[in-house]
Amino acid sequence: MGAKTLYEKIWDAHVVRQEEGTALLYIDRHLIHEVTSPQAFEGLRLSGRKPWRPENSLAVPDHNVPTKDRDQGIADPISRLQVETLDRNCAEFGITELPMHDPRQGIVHVIGPEQGFTLPGTTIVCGDSHTSTHGAFGALAFGIGTSEVEHVLATQCLLQRKSKTLLIQVEGTLGEGVTAKDLILAIIGTIGTAGGTGFVIEFGGPAVQALSMEGRMTLCNMAIEAGARAGLVGVDEKTIEYLRGRPFAPQRAAFEQAAKYWRTLVSDPDAQFDQVVRLDAATIAPQVTWGTSPEMVVPIHGAVPDPRAEADPVRAASFQRALDYMDLQPGTPMTAIPLDRVFIGSCTNGRIEDLRAAAAVVRGQRVADRIRQALVVPGSGLVKAQAEAEGLDQIFREAGFEWRDPGCSMCLAMNADRLEPGERCASTSNRNFEGRQGQGGRTHLVSPAMAAAAAIAGHFVDLRTG
Amino acid sequence: MEKFQRFTGKVCPLDRANVDTDAIIPKQFLKSIQRTGFGPYLFDEWRYLDRGEPGMDCTHRPKNPNFVLNDPRYAGASILLTRENFGCGSSREHAPWALMDYGFRVLLAPSFADIFFNNCFKNGLLPIVLDSTTIDHLFQEATGEQALEITVDLLAQTLTTGSGEVLSFLVDPFRKHCLLEGLDEIGLTLQHAEAIRAYEQRRRAEAPWLFRATGR
Ligand code: SF4
Repeated sequence: MGAKTLYEKIWDAHVVRQEEGTALLYIDRHLIHEVTSPQAFEGLRLSGRKPWRPENSLAVPDHNVPTKDRDQGIADPISRLQVETLDRNCAEFGITELPMHDPRQGIVHVIGPEQGFTLPGTTIVCGDSHTSTHGAFGALAFGIGTSEVEHVLATQCLLQRKSKTLLIQVEGTLGEGVTAKDLILAIIGTIGTAGGTGFVIEFGGPAVQALSMEGRMTLCNMAIEAGARAGLVGVDEKTIEYLRGRPFAPQRAAFEQAAKYWRTLVSDPDAQFDQVVRLDAATIAPQVTWGTSPEMVVPIHGAVPDPRAEADPVRAASFQRALDYMDLQPGTPMTAIPLDRVFIGSCTNGRIEDLRAAAAVVRGQRVADRIRQALVVPGSGLVKAQAEAEGLDQIFREAGFEWRDPGCSMCLAMNADRLEPGERCASTSNRNFEGRQGQGGRTHLVSPAMAAAAAIAGHFVDLRTG
Repeated sequence: MEKFQRFTGKVCPLDRANVDTDAIIPKQFLKSIQRTGFGPYLFDEWRYLDRGEPGMDCTHRPKNPNFVLNDPRYAGASILLTRENFGCGSSREHAPWALMDYGFRVLLAPSFADIFFNNCFKNGLLPIVLDSTTIDHLFQEATGEQALEITVDLLAQTLTTGSGEVLSFLVDPFRKHCLLEGLDEIGLTLQHAEAIRAYEQRRRAEAPWLFRATGR
């Protein structure tokens, strides 16, 4: 047998049937949330089908849930119906759910790993593009549409075409104050939002190995923003230690047996990738997006670019459109951009390490007067409890941040948390699309520490130099 | 799924790259638990001047005169011509649902985002990839005084323009088959139920921890 990439190892272990060009792939883990599942359950009901293996699914409401006064329920009746529909569907079809009032509730991509539901070498799907997050555990994890949610519920399988493989090898060490978020933004800035289309990206090299599991999740989370089907990081002892003792992970002897297999889940040294991109971590500075696509990104010491400098007319036009939407002038230094709101949270940066990094910057300071709202929304109930045990909530509150309950919140503004038209926000989420955080709202993507520093200053700052 | 075989329609040119699913159907409309009714809210933030909310009657909302869907030349268009990386962003199938519900049956672009591309086929919406030069050329034709009409023949894999020009396109054979016949993919997979059970049995011996993930 020839040398294999990690992707090929996981793929080969899951082929139920090989057909011409496609394979029927077995799905080990299925995560479900309220937005992309109702029509799938309805499809099952209409066709009289039952879930194939309901015990391999886990559901949680996250997109529509309020982040304050939760004991009063969901005010918006349409949101409430969607969340109640999830509760009802899970009860009817025998699927384990962590409902809104469960202390373990949180963003689907935060709770999967946290509960040990996400395991190395598995295939994981969810009707949500940021399912790529779970690739940090050496799992093949990707987002699917609602028809495929129904397909997985009914058959525990999906028809898949094999992707090409792209290795992004990050040499060297990230500098002080430079995080996984900056790394992935710099990667997307380099390869573009369609740079990964048709590929599964494996992130490798010393700078990736040095990242914590939280950092690796941030990295893989945004693989989808580079257009990739999935992101992957090979398994090492950090992966295994993270999972030890988690409720849905195997326990004791079964854990050791699993861990033995998990240690084989790395690309073989002489495995061939279809494409390789190399980066030097030392050259990467904290990043800030200026436009309406994650590839529209510059280092913090950079400036808003000039569309007239773009040779390609389609690209120049989209730069100009982005500048108009963002109300920015070419040449403006990033540090001169004033902000209205700050959002710390999401499945990209709503984990405990992210809150610690932000709190370290905030400690003993005050949010600038011009900031209308600075929100901290933990990624899950357990992250929230951990942060409170460490006193992080106090630090945020004393500085003037609001400390909220877990959910997607202002990452996509499906609940009450949203920008008003024209407002500008430093956000630790993953998408700066037009209207993403509220119609007419303007989003700049940054790391948690950069968002915290921006909240204190009222504009972006290079947190390395103050 | 609805069958797709041969289809003639008017082309609407949407001259933007990286049109994301948040633009195609904004998040407030994803609260619906239905599959239909998204058409009036397609491209909501670009199409109307006010803020769209679910359940709104769109007939009296102020329309953005500069948005191409509101140009009377393209009224009733059913083929959307657009630029690269169309459908990037979230996995929401509400995006193809909204496009279909509005009346689009075919999308033409130099490239599509992966999940969106998949989702289209599951709903009888045909996304066709053409090289950028061809797309540029079609943009020229579609933005003339007379709207461009195209006939799409899936079986023959050809596009025929009003002037009689014939272009060919590629499509995955299995997806083509499913679209032509309007097949139920779940039903097809369940024909292999035995193979799925055999796989599970084998896998259970190798990796017992994979089963009953939450069922303890
Ligand atoms: S936090 Fe944002 S990106 Fe993540 S699942 Fe929720 S809405 Fe999607």
